[in-house]
Amino acid sequence: MAVYNLQINGRRYQADVEPDTPILWVLRDHLGLVGTKYGCGIAQCGACTIHLNGEATRSCVLPVSAIGTQKITTIEGLSATGTHPVQQAWNEVDVPQCGYCQAGQIMTAAALLKRNPKPTTAEIDATMTGNLCRCGTYHRIREAVKVAATKTAK
Amino acid sequence: MTTQPTNSRRNFLKVAAVTGGGLVLGFNWLEAEAAEPLTVEMMAATNAPAATTAGLGFNSYLSIDPQGIITILSPNPEVGQGIKTAFPIIVAEELDADWTKVVVEQAPLDTKKFERQVAGGSGSIPHSWKRLRTAGATARQMLIEAAAKRWSVPATEITTEKGFVLHSATGKKLSYGELATEAAQIPVPTDVKLKDQKDFKLIGSTIKNVDNPKIITGKPLFGLDFYREGMLFAMLQRPAFGYKLKSVDSKVAKAMSGIVDVVTFGNNVAVVGKSTWQVKKAKDALKIEWEKPAVSESTADHNRLFKELLDSKEATVRRKDGDVDAAFKSAAKVVTAEYQCPFLPHNPLEPMNFFAHVRPDGVELVGPTQTPELARNETAKLLGISPDNVTVQLTRMGGGFGRRLKADYVIEAVQVSKLVNAPVKLIWTREDDMTGGSYRPAVRYRFEAALDAQGNMIGYKLRGVGMNAGNPTREDNFPAGAVDNLLVDSVDYNKTPITTGPWRAPITNFLAFAEQSFFDEVALAAGKDPVQFRLELLDKAKQKPVGAVKYDLDRMKIVIQTAAEKAGWGTKKGADGKLLAQGFSVYFSHRSYVAQIGEVVIQKGKPVLQKVYSVADCGVVVNQSGARQQVTGCIVDGIGHAMYGNLTFKDGVPDQKNFNDYRLIRLHEIPQVEVHFIDNGIEPTGLGEPSLPPAAAAVANAIFKATGKRLRNQPFVEEEAFKGIS
Repeated sequence: MAVYNLQINGRRYQADVEPDTPILWVLRDHLGLVGTKYGCGIAQCGACTIHLNGEATRSCVLPVSAIGTQKITTIEGLSATGTHPVQQAWNEVDVPQCGYCQAGQIMTAAALLKRNPKPTTAEIDATMTGNLCRCGTYHRIREAVKVAATKTAK
Repeated sequence: MTTQPTNSRRNFLKVAAVTGGGLVLGFNWLEAEAAEPLTVEMMAATNAPAATTAGLGFNSYLSIDPQGIITILSPNPEVGQGIKTAFPIIVAEELDADWTKVVVEQAPLDTKKFERQVAGGSGSIPHSWKRLRTAGATARQMLIEAAAKRWSVPATEITTEKGFVLHSATGKKLSYGELATEAAQIPVPTDVKLKDQKDFKLIGSTIKNVDNPKIITGKPLFGLDFYREGMLFAMLQRPAFGYKLKSVDSKVAKAMSGIVDVVTFGNNVAVVGKSTWQVKKAKDALKIEWEKPAVSESTADHNRLFKELLDSKEATVRRKDGDVDAAFKSAAKVVTAEYQCPFLPHNPLEPMNFFAHVRPDGVELVGPTQTPELARNETAKLLGISPDNVTVQLTRMGGGFGRRLKADYVIEAVQVSKLVNAPVKLIWTREDDMTGGSYRPAVRYRFEAALDAQGNMIGYKLRGVGMNAGNPTREDNFPAGAVDNLLVDSVDYNKTPITTGPWRAPITNFLAFAEQSFFDEVALAAGKDPVQFRLELLDKAKQKPVGAVKYDLDRMKIVIQTAAEKAGWGTKKGADGKLLAQGFSVYFSHRSYVAQIGEVVIQKGKPVLQKVYSVADCGVVVNQSGARQQVTGCIVDGIGHAMYGNLTFKDGVPDQKNFNDYRLIRLHEIPQVEVHFIDNGIEPTGLGEPSLPPAAAAVANAIFKATGKRLRNQPFVEEEAFKGIS
């Protein structure tokens, strides 16, 4: 066990965990940030997507010891009340079916739009295809990214 | 208990003042619906413990506070089917509530208040439609009467609108909140009038998922998000199919950081500790010896068994009309084909998990389940206690697709909590979830059709054989009733230790593909257009039905015709000026009718699924947004599993264990989907499942049209024919 100082959503957190603990489980079990989801544990489904220094990252395979001073943003930090353009778009398009994968989808989309505010459909597909949605809300995910792009581009 | 038959209705509407003086209405919706006054016996039964209330008692709970906030409890489990949004819409419609003032809460399991708290069979809306409407209308009527009393005007002159009671002659107006306390004193009306469908404002409109605000901000909602102070985490090592626990060496695991205990029950070894990751690592460190079964099964064995079963002399006859032998003897042409599918895991993205706290005075359960009552009853049975001492809180579910109809994982949590005497959250890893059984059964079908010289189907035979599949046919479905000589039979191989269970649109999720693809083959052999071929059969069944017809011929005909029209069947041309390759499919399941047309274009020499048109008749659509997503999601689900879904076995162990070797459809692989509903005002029939069964055949038939290659086995990607074209 070791104590890690973490910068998450603009706040400082401390966790006393084993060095190989994936940040996913530090967030969920130790810090009470349960918006980031466990889906596969092997970086295949994207449910655990967070931002590490603004980049979409799979938290289920990222050990806490590898984080250092890098800044973490989780779905809770995107905006607490759902005012981030991607969150707004997700609600407007009414994307969620069961909803379990959507935090990861939103985080992937938010990172994409930060990097590329006006993505083409092909660019949206190429990025969002990394996130599984077992309910099959893909049409709405694609549409919501486009709606979010119109909001961020304003 | 005292009952007053003469005043029965009053007894069933329990009105109580809440803090702050609001109105709390507890309805018994059976009573609200009953045409005759209830008898003393019925009332006693309704108020008695759960076991005797099945089919009688149905209550819900709706409250209005003085500020006008309307809280509607949604009793059924939310698994992504949108019930937590749809149920309250129906109540709010008849209440004439302002939807923006409605707060929806998930009700816990309460078999005294509610009936059929189940997410399954696409049955929630059909079951509750009238009950929910009556509940809303009853409360509305009480609010009207409270206003009539206060204003001293006849109730008939009073109208309601969006959370207000109005008297137009005097211009008086009061909010529901202002009237809530008085309304609570009004005798419960005995026969409330339900709205005319043309006056619906909320039902049929586009309303967003009520949990969106929490989902998009990452608030705790799901089972896995449930934490309790002092709770321990547990994971299990389960045996492979047919294996038994021989010995376990847990020395290393027990010594690992954060591990509280390693316990065994049955053939399972449970690791219990202080965090998920610590438990996961310790589980991996267990050294377990398993006793292999005498014969352990592999997929090759299943394939061999299928061939034997198809020729078995001991099939169970499911339906027999006319004389099939004579029909096939006299046939001008016989078409035969076999279709097969593999086992499939459900793979909800939230793996199985449950919280259990076994205490001396009872058990607390919290988590994702499609059948909370089963979870409660199995817990009570296991522990030898009364179900009344088990509480079940329902969390939102990260999908289920039928997997959470079983309570096996709930019982595991209970077992572990009891053994370690602590509150426990049991978690399945993805690997546990994929290898943990209760799969869609592997099934093989043999179809035979006899055609006369004019191409009429005079004989039809279907044999279904499956692995723990029960009856893998739907013997009374189309074309039953339309063919003079028909035989449907089945053989089930129930000796496999591989566990099976309902998987979204059980049985029909593959049967529809096989049957609708076979009809394409038969239509071709008969020299008929696939749509015309089906319409002719329906006309025949209408004019001269053979045996019982248990589906609605007209509803099926209308979805077929509408789909053909919407997709431009037989007329729509591609960019090259040639007719587009379209494939047709139609299926009746869960009381609803869905026709779909797939459209394939050849790009760079390869077929690409461009679009799927879907026409569903599910009666009244409650929520356009939820309904359209159910249809679209079903199509994506149906196509995805037909294309890629495959679970194979070696010595009782699944070869696929996680999403690196089990392929699910991804965003870049979806076709365009165009969704239509038949607007016929029929009371709602099912919608969470019926759009899945026809999807795969619409695609496969279009691929055949485009390439001449017939896909008969799933997954398509493993088919030789498909390898030649993809």
